[in-house]
Amino acid sequence: MVEVLRIERVCKAYNTGTPAEVEVLHDIDLTLQPGEFVALMGPSGSGKSTLLNIIGLLDRPSSGRLFINGEETGKLNDGELTKLRGHSIGFIFQSHYLISAFTALENVMMPMLVDHNFPTDEMKTRAHDLLAEMGLKKWEDNLANNMSGGQQQRVAIGRALAMRPSLILADEPTGNLDTVSTDTVFDMMRKVNLKDKTTFLIVTHNLDLAKRCDRIIDVMDGRIVNSK
Amino acid sequence: MNKLAPFEWIAAIRFLKEGRMQTIFIVSGIALGVGVIIFMSALLSSLQTSFISRVLSSQPHIQISALDEFARPLRPISSDVIPATVVQQPAQRLRSIDQWQNIVRELELRTDIAYVAATISASGQAVRGDASRSISITGIDPVSYFNIIKLPDYIILGEPRLTSEDIIIGNELANYLGVTIGEKLNITGASKDVRVLTISAIFDLGNGGPNRQSAFVALRTAQTLSNLAGGVSTINVTVNDAYAAETIAREIQVSTGKKAESWIATNAQFFTAVKSQQISFGIIEGFVALSVAFGIASVLVVSVTQRSKDIGILRAMGTSQMQILRIFLLQGGVLGFLGSIVGSVMGGLGFLIFHYLVRQSDGKEIFPFELQPVLFFITMLLAASTGVVAAAIPAFRAAKLDPVVAMHG
Repeated sequence: MVEVLRIERVCKAYNTGTPAEVEVLHDIDLTLQPGEFVALMGPSGSGKSTLLNIIGLLDRPSSGRLFINGEETGKLNDGELTKLRGHSIGFIFQSHYLISAFTALENVMMPMLVDHNFPTDEMKTRAHDLLAEMGLKKWEDNLANNMSGGQQQRVAIGRALAMRPSLILADEPTGNLDTVSTDTVFDMMRKVNLKDKTTFLIVTHNLDLAKRCDRIIDVMDGRIVNSK
Repeated sequence: MNKLAPFEWIAAIRFLKEGRMQTIFIVSGIALGVGVIIFMSALLSSLQTSFISRVLSSQPHIQISALDEFARPLRPISSDVIPATVVQQPAQRLRSIDQWQNIVRELELRTDIAYVAATISASGQAVRGDASRSISITGIDPVSYFNIIKLPDYIILGEPRLTSEDIIIGNELANYLGVTIGEKLNITGASKDVRVLTISAIFDLGNGGPNRQSAFVALRTAQTLSNLAGGVSTINVTVNDAYAAETIAREIQVSTGKKAESWIATNAQFFTAVKSQQISFGIIEGFVALSVAFGIASVLVVSVTQRSKDIGILRAMGTSQMQILRIFLLQGGVLGFLGSIVGSVMGGLGFLIFHYLVRQSDGKEIFPFELQPVLFFITMLLAASTGVVAAAIPAFRAAKLDPVVAMHG
């Protein structure tokens, strides 16, 4: 079976070629199999977010190779990367990042709308089903600002799932939530993972949550020091 | 969401709706600018129409007359001898246009000419008792001449009747000579014959010169007074397109061999004034349009900063740079278009009120109310285009935003 993600000797440096050059990721190798539910841990400044941005095709590595579903991304131009990102990767961020001008339902429809350009009934049905699955059926016509943090994060999960991506990257998805909401959101992600075999890579500082994942990857000073 | 609307349109409209106050303020600003442009354009157009109609109501588009007489140089005695001559220009005398009936017939056949009227323009003397005044006599055939100069419209007393015994004079001449309609005047022309004519009407052309000095008599009477039996000194022409008068005048000059002068050539100073007015209005409108463009650009620059997180998340979910670019260009276009609609209504209403309130002392309008739909159409198109152009820099900035940087503000 093709790995969802494979990274080979990825490095990332900033200010290259100047005296202020700094390398934040060193020779990272990582593979994620379909259906894995993985926690990515490490102290602040260890390079977790940079690694996540590179995996999410939001940033390019300085060297090394990155494969998404077996496709090497190094040779793709910006437009092709954008397309691949839209189809294969879903994002959940710590600060929810819903678009405040749209309702919960429209936020979930957004990735499909971006891809197809015109709204369709199928998109609406899909978004409706996803919100029902997240327990937000009643809230689908609410604007993002009129929802609690936990509800917004569940909308964000629904949005990340809209395009049926093979990989979901979650950057501290429960970092701003209370304990009850944290459990709800985490359970929701786990449920989707088990049901659809969607691969999750979750950045977290919460060791209890990390222990409930299939695997924990520890990053320290820009290197993977543990992957078990 | 409207199923016929593309993603970029949906996002642009939602962003504008969400920043409601910002949108209202910038649309108001654009509307003010567009309103000023509509108002000034309508005012300029109406004033020009008014000026031109005033100029043309008292003069024909083209006047044809005999060529000026000039001194013919003597033939040189031989090629070795250069004569030391002093050329004295001959005095111009009133002469009839040779073959004028044929010329009138030819002109009447042209499709670009509306009316033709043959007249005599001569000088004379009007005498009543001890009072006398030099006058300019125009001998006319009322039927054809009134098509060109709407003299009946300016008659304030009497009827525009012109038998061979009648004369129509200006109100200031009538006052000077102390006469009114039905009374007699002694008129002397170049022939030195004195004719006693009855005043059939008194006109007011709104211009002191003609009101003091002009008089209209029947063509036959003028022929007798000026010793031009059967002749005419001028052929007056009205063309269908007043602005084509100069071209047509040149064609007539070539085809007839006579002197043909258009109203454009004889009113060159007037046209310079109109041109200057157009240029100054154009400059003002240009600056107003520029300030509108800067207003749109500044609002969208702020909007890009405010929406950087939205742009970042849209980019993360697969929105291309071109899509982001279009979202902001569309916002500029929509702002320009909305502003132009409100501005068109404001400008149109402002002009209507101005036209209604600003009047001459006798209550008559100063200029005609002229508001052409094409002016609104062009202004809306220009405002929407200005909006798109003004949005270009902020839109490029938005499209080029690094999604990672954008999401972290």
